[in-house]
Amino acid sequence: MSLLEIHEPGETPLPHAGESALAVGIDLGTTNSVVAMARDGVPAALHDEAGKALVPSVVAYPASGGVLVGDQARLLMAAEPRNVVASIKRLMGRGAADFHAVAGVLPYEIEPGSGQTDMVKLRIGGKARSPVEISAEILKALRARAEAALEKPVERAVITVPAYFDDAARTATRDAARVAGLEVLRLVNEPTAAALAYGLDKGSEGLYAVYDLGGGTFDFSLLRLEKGVFQVLATGGDTALGGDDFDRLIAERMLSERRRDGIADAVDESAVKAALALARHMKEQLSDRDKTSGRLELSGAPSFHALTRPEFEAMILSFVARTLDIARHVLADADVAAGDVKGVVLVGGSTRLPLVRAQVAELTGKPALTDIDPDEVVALGAALQAEALTGGGSDTLLLDVTPLSLGLETMGGIVEKIVPRNTPIPVQLAQEFTTYQDGQSAMAVHVVQGEREMVADCRSLARFELLGIPPMVAGAARIRVTFAVDADGLLTVSAEERTTGVVQRIEVKPSYGLSHDDMADMLYDSLENAEADMTRRLLTESRVEAKRSLLALEAALAKDGALLTAEERGEIDAARRRLEGSIGGEDRDEIAAAAEALENISKPFAERRMDRGIRAALSGLSVTELESRVGE
Amino acid sequence: MDHFARLGLPAALDLEPASLDRVYFARQREWHPDRFVGRPPEERAKASTEAAALNDAYRTLKDPLSRAIYFAELNGVALPGDGKTIDDSELLMEAMEAREALHEAATATAVDALAAQARRDMQEALAGLGGLFLANDKPAIRKALLRLRYLDKFAEEARARRTNLERVKA
Repeated sequence: MSLLEIHEPGETPLPHAGESALAVGIDLGTTNSVVAMARDGVPAALHDEAGKALVPSVVAYPASGGVLVGDQARLLMAAEPRNVVASIKRLMGRGAADFHAVAGVLPYEIEPGSGQTDMVKLRIGGKARSPVEISAEILKALRARAEAALEKPVERAVITVPAYFDDAARTATRDAARVAGLEVLRLVNEPTAAALAYGLDKGSEGLYAVYDLGGGTFDFSLLRLEKGVFQVLATGGDTALGGDDFDRLIAERMLSERRRDGIADAVDESAVKAALALARHMKEQLSDRDKTSGRLELSGAPSFHALTRPEFEAMILSFVARTLDIARHVLADADVAAGDVKGVVLVGGSTRLPLVRAQVAELTGKPALTDIDPDEVVALGAALQAEALTGGGSDTLLLDVTPLSLGLETMGGIVEKIVPRNTPIPVQLAQEFTTYQDGQSAMAVHVVQGEREMVADCRSLARFELLGIPPMVAGAARIRVTFAVDADGLLTVSAEERTTGVVQRIEVKPSYGLSHDDMADMLYDSLENAEADMTRRLLTESRVEAKRSLLALEAALAKDGALLTAEERGEIDAARRRLEGSIGGEDRDEIAAAAEALENISKPFAERRMDRGIRAALSGLSVTELESRVGE
Repeated sequence: MDHFARLGLPAALDLEPASLDRVYFARQREWHPDRFVGRPPEERAKASTEAAALNDAYRTLKDPLSRAIYFAELNGVALPGDGKTIDDSELLMEAMEAREALHEAATATAVDALAAQARRDMQEALAGLGGLFLANDKPAIRKALLRLRYLDKFAEEARARRTNLERVKA
């Protein structure tokens, strides 16, 4: 054996790679989860003894003790509903601030957590449990399934998350894996994983889109595949739109048909559940047939309901149209024409609907890619990435982006975006800010996430204060704020005063985050309000700019006011009052006009100050230096 | 190291998008954190910094306008920060008139026409930049870039306006 081994980056065999510990891919879904494993670039979902790949994301803490996951947990739902948890993914990374949004919606007793930074907890089986603990039970079950199927220990995994998962939810997912004894090699966005499963299978090149319509969420991502590189160009979505909406429409129709036929129902929770279950069954039937019917029996009163595919499609058309609307925005974000997309990968059970397939095909003019099971495709992609990251398999590289813009609050409550959405990660971007007032010794740093122009409309992620700025005149301090987003999409923010080197660093790891609905609303709002936002932003900017010149003038007058005659001083004061008055108003043009008038009237004053004080300082400069200074 | 040097490209205003992609992918293959899984922390930290710098370079050079602004900076032409008062009365007048026209545009077609005009103006101004750099006419470069930045913002405003019109219609 040689003493020294030198490897190219990426080709290094890991210390424990190969035989001892295997790496799997996990799709930790809201409704179902899947674990998969790739060998030599060929991924396969791991099945249970009955040959089933899907594990329902349901956890039960039975009264008799122990923990059950999957089908067994689901069986307990009727007998011990208070000991069974489903859809825990919706609560990942959500905290006290979100408590009111989730309390009452889910059929569990929810505790807000002890502090602002605590995640919500569920009271299940007589004990308060966090979403991280509960998700960890699902991951443990998946790990056990993988170890049973592979007959080897499994210690590492690539886990997928929705592209729209924020910092808190990503961190919570990592934590859950740790609790389950899994090292997370990488969090990969679900659409990216789906594309990976297809791209490698086909050796495709060019632009591909991923259309992911699940039970409750919609995601659309645009990727470029080139020689083993998967580059995410843009991503977007609506986290409150999915197949559940279609079930609801059918259920509502059946209940209203019963009312029409004179059946008096007490529409309670169990009636709704029964109607939804039948609706779901009818919806699935319509994927293969032109019509279907069902029998709904509530409190002993049966009714029969027929539904044709054209009727059903008319009901859901507006929902499908909305997904296409979002898709078009993502394409516009990336500056790509729909016709240039070579194929669309379909993910999620709702993409089995013929209407969805037809509409997606119409968008790009090409048939959708459907050969991989839409329920398994995400886990298969994750498995491929797990193999690639542990030195085996393909030479694939994933280049992902930030789904939402990250920024800071500046004067007047305006958001200064530092990392725009769809920026490739990892990324480190910095911007310099300055003090607003003479002698200002502290600066508040408020980190926000979202697309809107005003802080009040975005999500607050963290606040901290940079202290100890040495006394300087307004605008002299140079405060550099740096945003770093790592390859998993996690953010760190630091601030530094550059003239003195005062540094403060903060890890932005909020333990509660955006709810899916919040995120959808925020994106939707940003589209809807972009114009009004822009106007408001421009107005606020004019105000801030005007206040800045007033402050500067005030300082100059205090220092060199003696250079002015009483008449000149009077004129300047009048112009000042006009500008001060306009700042209070809503008219940006008036602010601009008043600012310009003040500038004109105080020009001789500025020139005199310059003449007197600065001529000497400039006498040594060359002509070009002078020009560039004047130009600044 | 400037962005061009980081990607091993000659510092130039014109850049073939395909060749930018090629060098960017090749360097990310070398430095992306995924290539350093299981390596010592200091190597991983260096890779992360390097990959972030590559992304910054790529992002800056990919868009023709941000590339032109960056190239101008390298050549000693600095623009005032975004949102600062524009000291060019001609441009102010153009901006004011265009904003008024956008405000009055009541149909998607009318907004599209304005956006298309802005795009044509941008293309034209970008095409003219090369000559200005050759002549090293710094005031003219500065003036042209300020106008380009305004046109870019205007195109964005037009897009927002269009979305609004569509929503109202729907």
